Amino acid sequence: MGILNHALPNIGPVKAVDTAIGWGRKSSIWPMTFGIACCAIEMMAVYAATFDLDRFGAGVPRATPRQSDLIIVPGTVNAKMAVRVKRLYDQMAEPRYVIAMGACVCGGGPYVKWGYNTVKGVHKIIPVDIFVPGCPPRPEALMDGILKLRDQVGRDAVFARREQAGKEMDGRYAAAS
Amino acid sequence: MYAVEEKNDVFTEELKLNLGPQHPSTHGVLRVELKMDGEIITASRCDIGYLHRCAEKIGENVTYLQFTPYTDRMDYLASMNNNLAWSLAVEKLIDVEAPERAQWIRVIVAELNRIASHLIAFGTYGIDIGANTPFFYAFRERESIMALLERPSGARMLYNYIRPGGVGHDVDDQWLADVLAFCDEFERRWKEYNTLLTNSHIFIKRTANIGVIPKDVALAYGCTGPVLRGSGVKWDLRRDVPYLKPYDELEFDVPVGEGTHGSLGDCWDRYWVRMREMMESIRIIRQACPRVPDGPFMDKKTSGMYKTPLKPKPGEAYVRCENPRGELGFYVVSEGGTSPIRCRTRAPSFCNLAVLDVLLPGTMIADGVAIIGSLDIVLGEVDR
Ligand code: SF4
Repeated sequence: MGILNHALPNIGPVKAVDTAIGWGRKSSIWPMTFGIACCAIEMMAVYAATFDLDRFGAGVPRATPRQSDLIIVPGTVNAKMAVRVKRLYDQMAEPRYVIAMGACVCGGGPYVKWGYNTVKGVHKIIPVDIFVPGCPPRPEALMDGILKLRDQVGRDAVFARREQAGKEMDGRYAAAS
Repeated sequence: MYAVEEKNDVFTEELKLNLGPQHPSTHGVLRVELKMDGEIITASRCDIGYLHRCAEKIGENVTYLQFTPYTDRMDYLASMNNNLAWSLAVEKLIDVEAPERAQWIRVIVAELNRIASHLIAFGTYGIDIGANTPFFYAFRERESIMALLERPSGARMLYNYIRPGGVGHDVDDQWLADVLAFCDEFERRWKEYNTLLTNSHIFIKRTANIGVIPKDVALAYGCTGPVLRGSGVKWDLRRDVPYLKPYDELEFDVPVGEGTHGSLGDCWDRYWVRMREMMESIRIIRQACPRVPDGPFMDKKTSGMYKTPLKPKPGEAYVRCENPRGELGFYVVSEGGTSPIRCRTRAPSFCNLAVLDVLLPGTMIADGVAIIGSLDIVLGEVDR
């Protein structure tokens, strides 16, 4: 697979296939059922009838990380939870995307100064694609984030992303060791 | 309890099962360590702390007014009620009473928020049991409440509206009229819920006689709110210790569990208490709306707190309020500075959760999910 991944993205027809796959993928992003704190309630409101995330094909929350493409991190991540969030992310299959929802996961939010236990920004543990600030973000804001992610997913070349993810992984392991 | 009949001559290997912390039916980030014998739970242990956000420590560092938004974020489903309890505690400390108008507005917004909170309990409980539809119905009405509460407070969920000495902004007559219109609308919807879930045969099968909390156990574990009332104890702070003057003058019942489907204090009783409480809240709002008097909405003494922080005299205050989940208490100690030196929270969810380890052993795992859902805990409040 390694050779394929490296060679394929540069060939023309593959790019066309990539575009077609990208269109399909962006229309069926499956998020993970995952709620941490207050922001999760707003996330539930987005799934519900009034805002109806299903219009964009992202309204089928999966209960397991292995079936989902998108993890929305809705709520404060503290030291005890950080380990779990990282583990959930690791269990997801590539290509996977992350939306950081709320001020807490974007950079600490209300707990930035005195919160001795909170992780100030989830990007410190997992790579984030879209940041949605707000405390909590309005449902419209989260939907905007998901629409932005759709654009990104559509543009993403599957094979290219895999290669890049591999490089990122290598870099991270190198930095860690 | 739903006795599971099994001969004890065949044993399965003991299995340790980890429920959570990202499990969708634990209502947040609760982790329960279960020991299983086949499908039957033999032992359970709750592991909390996945949402500890240092609220009490923060309270010791910020001013009294600045702590109000943090109380929002403890029980984020009932922000108004949390604001109310904190404001009352601070008011007791500085010896101020909110003006009449503010008190009536407080009652209305607190009861609206109670309905919104119970709606979430109703909707997510449906999902726990396996019925997805109620969730969408519940959120439709919840959105109406959000829209109503957004108008005076400016926020959808975490309002920071009730503040020490009064409320943040005034409401107008149009708002009160709209609240009354919502009450009429909601009454019709509520009947719909009952045909949808309450009287559904499958739902009753899944919840009746499951997770029975006897009266004495509920009292011994310090359960409050619908969990206690579900076991047949008629205890509601709004009625017994009216912490706002209007509650004294309003008429409302305190619904308690009656053991409609066999045993008193089962999941169905707790659920049904919540459903009836929504209607009682509607009744309170109906009476309160026409009675909101004219006048100031913020006390003169505290209206300067935005510029110069409050400095209560040394002393302590403890105030408890009836939250949707039970009895919320704030204990504040002042030494004369701009921030308290101790600010302790008595969280209802935390005490209600304690009873879980008694309920789970002996039940099937699918019933375990029903039991956790019926306690209606909010992890933000358990861990603070
Ligand atoms: S950003 Fe605000 S609403 Fe969201 S989890 Fe943090 S405190 Fe709660």
